[in-house]
Amino acid sequence: MPALPVRSAEVLSVAGLSKTFPGVRALDGVDFTARAGEVHALIGENGAGKSTLIKVLTGVYRPDPPTAAGTGVLTYDGSEVEFATPLEAQHAGISTIYQEVNLVPLMSVARNLFLGREPRGRLGLIDFRRMHREADTALRGLGMRVDVRRPLRELGVGAQQMVALARAVSVEARVVIMDEPTSSLEPREVATLFGVIRMLRERGIAVIYVSHRLDELYEVCDTVTVLRDGKAVHTGPIAALDQLRLVSLMLGREIGDVREEGLTKFSGGHDAEAEPVLRAAELTVRHLLRSVSLTVRPGEVVGLGGLLGSGRSETAKAIAGALPPDSGRVVVAGVPVRTGSTPAAIRAGVSLLPEDRKAEGIVPGLSVRENIALAALPGLSRFGLVDEARVDRVVDTFMKRLHIKASGPHQKVGELSGGNQQKVLLARWLAMNPKVLLLDEPTRGIDVGAKAEVQKLIDELAGDGLGVLLISSDMEELIEGSDRVVVLKDGAVVEELGGDAVTEDRLLRAIAAAPAAPTHSPSAAPSDSPDARDAPGDDQAPGDDHD
Amino acid sequence: MDADPPGPARSERLSAFAQQHGALVTLVVAVLAAWLSFDTFMTTDNTQNMAVSSAFLAVVALGMTFVIVTGGIDLSVGSLFALGGVLAAWGSQYGSTVALLLPLAVCGLIGFVNGLLISRSRLAPFIVTLAAMLGARGILLAATDEGSRTYLVDKDSFFATLGQGKVLGVGAPVWITVGLFVAGAVVLRRSRFGQYVYAVGGNEDAAALMGVPVARTKTAVYTLSGLCAGLAGALNAAWLVSGVTILGSGMELEAISAVVIGGTLLSGGFGFLSGSLLGVLLLKVIQNVINQIGSLDSAYQQVVSGGFLAVVVVAQTWLGRRRRVL
Repeated sequence: MPALPVRSAEVLSVAGLSKTFPGVRALDGVDFTARAGEVHALIGENGAGKSTLIKVLTGVYRPDPPTAAGTGVLTYDGSEVEFATPLEAQHAGISTIYQEVNLVPLMSVARNLFLGREPRGRLGLIDFRRMHREADTALRGLGMRVDVRRPLRELGVGAQQMVALARAVSVEARVVIMDEPTSSLEPREVATLFGVIRMLRERGIAVIYVSHRLDELYEVCDTVTVLRDGKAVHTGPIAALDQLRLVSLMLGREIGDVREEGLTKFSGGHDAEAEPVLRAAELTVRHLLRSVSLTVRPGEVVGLGGLLGSGRSETAKAIAGALPPDSGRVVVAGVPVRTGSTPAAIRAGVSLLPEDRKAEGIVPGLSVRENIALAALPGLSRFGLVDEARVDRVVDTFMKRLHIKASGPHQKVGELSGGNQQKVLLARWLAMNPKVLLLDEPTRGIDVGAKAEVQKLIDELAGDGLGVLLISSDMEELIEGSDRVVVLKDGAVVEELGGDAVTEDRLLRAIAAAPAAPTHSPSAAPSDSPDARDAPGDDQAPGDDHD
Repeated sequence: MDADPPGPARSERLSAFAQQHGALVTLVVAVLAAWLSFDTFMTTDNTQNMAVSSAFLAVVALGMTFVIVTGGIDLSVGSLFALGGVLAAWGSQYGSTVALLLPLAVCGLIGFVNGLLISRSRLAPFIVTLAAMLGARGILLAATDEGSRTYLVDKDSFFATLGQGKVLGVGAPVWITVGLFVAGAVVLRRSRFGQYVYAVGGNEDAAALMGVPVARTKTAVYTLSGLCAGLAGALNAAWLVSGVTILGSGMELEAISAVVIGGTLLSGGFGFLSGSLLGVLLLKVIQNVINQIGSLDSAYQQVVSGGFLAVVVVAQTWLGRRRRVL
C-alpha cells in the first residue's frame, strides 16, 4: 500500500534527538513524528531505545543538549518545547500508559483515575460524588463495571491496566502513548483496547503504540518506526511491510536468516523415557490449586498451558516452596522435598525464575556480578568468606554463555535492558546447578532477538539434562518449546498433551472444552474474570511470607 | 470521609475493620476497664489532665501522620517540641504574637530544610531527621545555657490563656487540637494535596509518572510536621507557663507509636488522622492507668507502651500480609 495520501498535522516530533546515559548512548539522532489521527507503532528490540524515547517525549528524561541547530529539540504543536517533568508533559496534553501498571494500589480506583485533576467543589475540596460518578462512566465506556471506590489492588492486573487506559484517555490528551499495553490483558480486554485506540484515532488524537506483539501492530497501527541500537532505522506505513521484513529490520539481519531459523529457536524433541527428575503430586492450595500433579523428566521441557489465573504461576511457586501448599508432595530426583520452604527447594535443586522479574527477581542496585552470585554464595564461600576468584569465574562463564550485554560485570543490573536482566536472573539460577528449572514467562516483555536467545538457551539447558517447566502466554513459544504441555484451568489439570498432540489447535481446544467454572458474559465485571480473581487470590495465600 | 466500600471477602472485611477500628475498640475497652477499676479515673480532674496532656502529643502526631503516610519518618519532632516550648517562653516577653509565631517559624523552617534534604537531595528521612533531632537539641541547649535557664511566661498574657484557658470547662489546648484534627482530616481526605500524600506513600514512582509533584509534597509534609511540633511545644509552654528544656525527648517515638497504633502503615500509602488521635488517647490512658496503680513504677509505662506497640505492629503485619499491602 502506498503512503497515506494526505498526511495529517504533526503534533509531536523530535529531530536528531540523542540521549546518553553513563556508558550508554540510548538514543542516537532519532527522528520521530506523531501525527494527529494516526496510530504510530514504535518497535525495536529491548535496549533499542523505545522506553528512553518515550520517557524523553513524556518529560521523564531530558534529551542531551543539541549538538547542532535544530537537533535534539522537541516540537509540540508547532513550537519548540521542553518538558521538565511528567506533569508538564501531561498538562500539555501528552498522556502515557506505561508497560508495568503505574498506579497507586492502595488508593481507590476513582482516586487513581483522577489523581491530580480531581473534580473540586466548594473550598477547593474534592467532590467525591462527582468523581465517583465520572469514574464509573469512564470505566463503563471501556466495558468495565467495577466499584470505583474499592482499592485498585483488589483488581486483577488486566483490570488495573484498563484503569490506566481510562486515566490516559479521559484527560484532554492530544497524544496518547501506550507502552506494551496488552502484555497483561485478556483477549476480550485487548479487543476493548483496540476499540479505544480506533476511537482516539477518529478524534484526531495521535497515538504512539509500543508492542512486541507484531500481529497487533497490523491490526491497529498506520505507521511504524523501527528503532535499533538507539537509531530510527525505518519509518513508513506499516501495511507496506510484512512481518518478516519488520523482524529483519528490528534485528538488523537479512530476511533469509530469519526465515531459515524460524521465529522461535526451539528444536523440540527430547528423550521421554528417563525417570522423572521432578514429581509433583496432588498439590492443593485453597482457592488456587486443586490437586495438581505433574512430572518432568531430565532433558524434558514441560509446558504449563492455560489462561491467566488458571494456576500456572501458583503451581510453579508451590513447587519452588514460595507458596506453601495445604497438601501435596514434591519429589525431586527421587527425594521428597519439604514443601513451603524455598531454601529446601533450592537445596533439592529446584530453581524458579519468577514472572515479575522487577519485583521478585533482580536487585537493580547491585551489579551484574553480585546479582548472579547472590543465590550461589553459600556454595562459593568457605568458612563464611566468599571466594572472590571463584565468583569471578562463575560470573564470567555465565556472562559469556548467556551473551549478557553489559559494560562489564560491575554494571548495575538496573541499567540493563529487560532481556539482559532476564539473562542475569537465569544465570543466577544456573549458577546453583539446578536439576529442575521453573521458568515463569521467561520471555515476557523482552524483544524478539533476546527472546530467541532465551528460547535457544532453554533448549540447550534441557539438552544438558535439566528438567524444565515452562510457563508462557505465548502460544507459539509454549507449543514449539515444550515436549509435553500440561493444561490447567481454574487451578486443576484438565489435560496433558504430548508428542504430536502439542498443537495450537489441541491446546486451545483443551483450554476451551474443559469443564469451566462459572463463565463470564462479555458484560460481566472484570473483577469476576479469572484475571481479577487471580490477583487477590494470590494475595490471600495463607502464610505467604516471602516479602 | 467516604465510606469504605464492601470488600470482596469476609476475612478481608474483618481485617480491614481491625486495621481501621482496632484502636477504637481497644481504647473503649481500656477506658471501661480503668473506669471500673479505679474510682479516681473518671474524675473531672483526671480526665481534664489526660485530655490536655494528650493534646500536645496529638498535635505532634498529626504532623507525623502526614509524614508516615508518605512513607517517611520524622525523628526531629521531640527536639522541635522542646525547642518550640523554649522559644515560645523566651518570645513571650515580646508579646503573645512573638511567643506563637517564633516557634512556628523556627520549627517550620527546620522541617522545611528536612523536607528539602529528603526530597531534593534524596537523603533517607531517618538520617536527615535524626540529624535535625540532634541539631535542634543543640540549639536548645545553647539558648538556655545548657538548660540551666528557664524562661517564664506571663500568666496574664493572651499566650498563657492558650494553654491555661478553658472553654465550656475544657482546656484550650484540647479545643485547638480538635480544630486542627478536623482541618487536618479535611486536608488529608478531601484536598488534592491529601491525594498526593497518599499517592507518594502508595507508589512514589507511579505518583511521579502520573504528574504528582513528589518533591513538593514531601517537602510540605516535613514542614507541616515541624510546624506541628513547634506549635505543640508552644502550647505546652503556655500550659506550663514556662519553657522546659528537658521535655520532648522520646516524644518522636511516642508520636510514631500513636500513629502506627492508629492503623497508619509505616510503609506508607495508608492511614487516617482519627486513628492517630485514638492512638494518642490510648497511650495516655495506659500511662494514666499505670500511674493510678501506685505500686507500679512509672518506668513500667514505657514497658507497657512498648509491648502494646509491638502487638499492634505484629497485628498490622499479619493483617497487611493477608491483604498484601504493598
